[in-house]
Amino acid sequence: MEAKTKDLWVFVETNADGSAKNVGLELLNPGRMLADKQGGALVAVVIGCGAQSAVEAAGVYGADKVILVEGEEYRLYTTDAYTAALYHLIEKYGPTTMLIGATPTGRDLGPRLACRVKTGLTADCTSLDVDEESGNMAWTRPAFGGNLMATILCPDHRPQLGTVRPGVFKRIQPGENRAEVILESFHVCPEEIHTRLLKVIQETASELVDLEGAEIVVSGGRGVGSPEGFAPIRELADILGATVGASRAAVDAGWIAHAHQVGQTGKTVGPKLYIACGISGAIQHLAGMSSSEVIVAINKDPEAPIFDVADYGIVGDIFEVVPALIEMLRKTKG
Amino acid sequence: MNILVCVKQVPDTTMIKIDPVTNTLIRDGVPSVVNPFDGYALEAAARIKDQAPDTKIVVVSMGPEQAKNALKECLAIAADKAYLVSGQTFGGSDTLATSYILSRAIRKIEEVEGRFDAIFCGKQAIDGDTAQVGPEIAEWLSCPQVTYGLSAEAVEDGLEVVKEGDDGNQIIGIDFPCVVTFTKPSWDPRYPTIKRKMAANRAEIPTLGEDAFPDIDTSRIGLKGSPTKVKKTFVPQRKKGGVLIQEESAAEAAQKLTILLGEAHII
Repeated sequence: MEAKTKDLWVFVETNADGSAKNVGLELLNPGRMLADKQGGALVAVVIGCGAQSAVEAAGVYGADKVILVEGEEYRLYTTDAYTAALYHLIEKYGPTTMLIGATPTGRDLGPRLACRVKTGLTADCTSLDVDEESGNMAWTRPAFGGNLMATILCPDHRPQLGTVRPGVFKRIQPGENRAEVILESFHVCPEEIHTRLLKVIQETASELVDLEGAEIVVSGGRGVGSPEGFAPIRELADILGATVGASRAAVDAGWIAHAHQVGQTGKTVGPKLYIACGISGAIQHLAGMSSSEVIVAINKDPEAPIFDVADYGIVGDIFEVVPALIEMLRKTKG
Repeated sequence: MNILVCVKQVPDTTMIKIDPVTNTLIRDGVPSVVNPFDGYALEAAARIKDQAPDTKIVVVSMGPEQAKNALKECLAIAADKAYLVSGQTFGGSDTLATSYILSRAIRKIEEVEGRFDAIFCGKQAIDGDTAQVGPEIAEWLSCPQVTYGLSAEAVEDGLEVVKEGDDGNQIIGIDFPCVVTFTKPSWDPRYPTIKRKMAANRAEIPTLGEDAFPDIDTSRIGLKGSPTKVKKTFVPQRKKGGVLIQEESAAEAAQKLTILLGEAHII
């Protein structure tokens, strides 16, 4: 497809209640710099049902324009409805670039859309720029389990698509909403949606794991030693209002559910604070958390690779340090 | 039921080390394995076959001749038949080109094996980590898709897939023919039996080369047919200069950390 404009689009994913997911708002931040370099507008695309708050948020966090597609069929994400709607918008408006949050939804939608448009998609980027020589987007992403970084261009196809990890970029300070809202009427009939949500297996409230959106994550690894060993980890997380994470070793040992796993075969997180307890720091784990703003590592082994990425390291027994930390925080907070 | 499982042979990324002098990946001597996520997809197919023994499981891989080893492993575990897709002009393909070639290959294999009800893939391969080829195959074949599957159960004319989600898992109903990609479930995949291993070693694995697809659009394959181009690769810089807290007791270390985090306005 040909680009009809130099605009850069950010797909702002919505929750079922119509609010914006964080990552879409985060992407408006680098989106501004990239749109300016490409000489186009910064456009947020919102698809949902009753998504006024997402539209408002997109304006407040920096979008020049918001394109809104609304309908009952978009309340819950389906590959078929969202791909059809976005394909329609891309065909009509012809943006040059589009950023999508690398959430489970974004990584379901991105390749489906890229293949329909017959363009290139770079997955799970951790850094974005415009290539000075060619003016193309320069998408940088990890591969080989985080051992290697690759910078990818998509020179001859438009739009250039990329999914970007949540937490890599921070939202700008909210400002005045100057965004023009374009309401785009596009509907997908039920026969065109080939998947049906039959049931949500609700985890109990204490088991809900929102790692990707967490501001603070407290994770346990092999050093935790047993399911019971997670008790102090959970307690520390509780006090900090944090989400509990885990390394693959702890999940494979059956001490905690896979939903908690951080790393290459689990979730990718980018919290303000990541506390790694008894985690050695295998490259696969680092791949999932190294973009955290501040990393604290507590480990008995001073040679553990986790200390290479830690901002603050404590060499010590987690079963002494974590309870001491809990007590310390109780004192300062109460 | 007729299930196709797509597998990739990958270097075991847990064994990859960085050469400290040249700052490049050391790939020599790193063993090749079946991509673990593809193993979960194969296991999901095997579980359907456990319930319905007349199910046929076919595996396909695109790659060099040595990828037949990965296919043999799949035959030993659960697959009934295997195909290799291999050709000089296929090399250098990105995900869009790879999925195009695989979708053509799938149609070709269907001429022999019959229509596939379901195509199972790993969520992503552990070397590229793109998670794109599965959904792109679905698009080329105009099939619906479910990604992040944990398990799948056959029902009349379709599947019920347990999909991993952040707010609890979902059960998604999807009609045949469909594509499902699988992530790591809470159980381990089965091991091959000695008997199956021996049979797998003797198995003939047909190779589909360029000549098998006379009508393929050559502008869509290989390095030239790939929209994305790698500009450069580099070894990531690790953050240095962290603060190591070394105190007499755990209590003192905890206190110091709390103070430092407080001063930095982190907590």
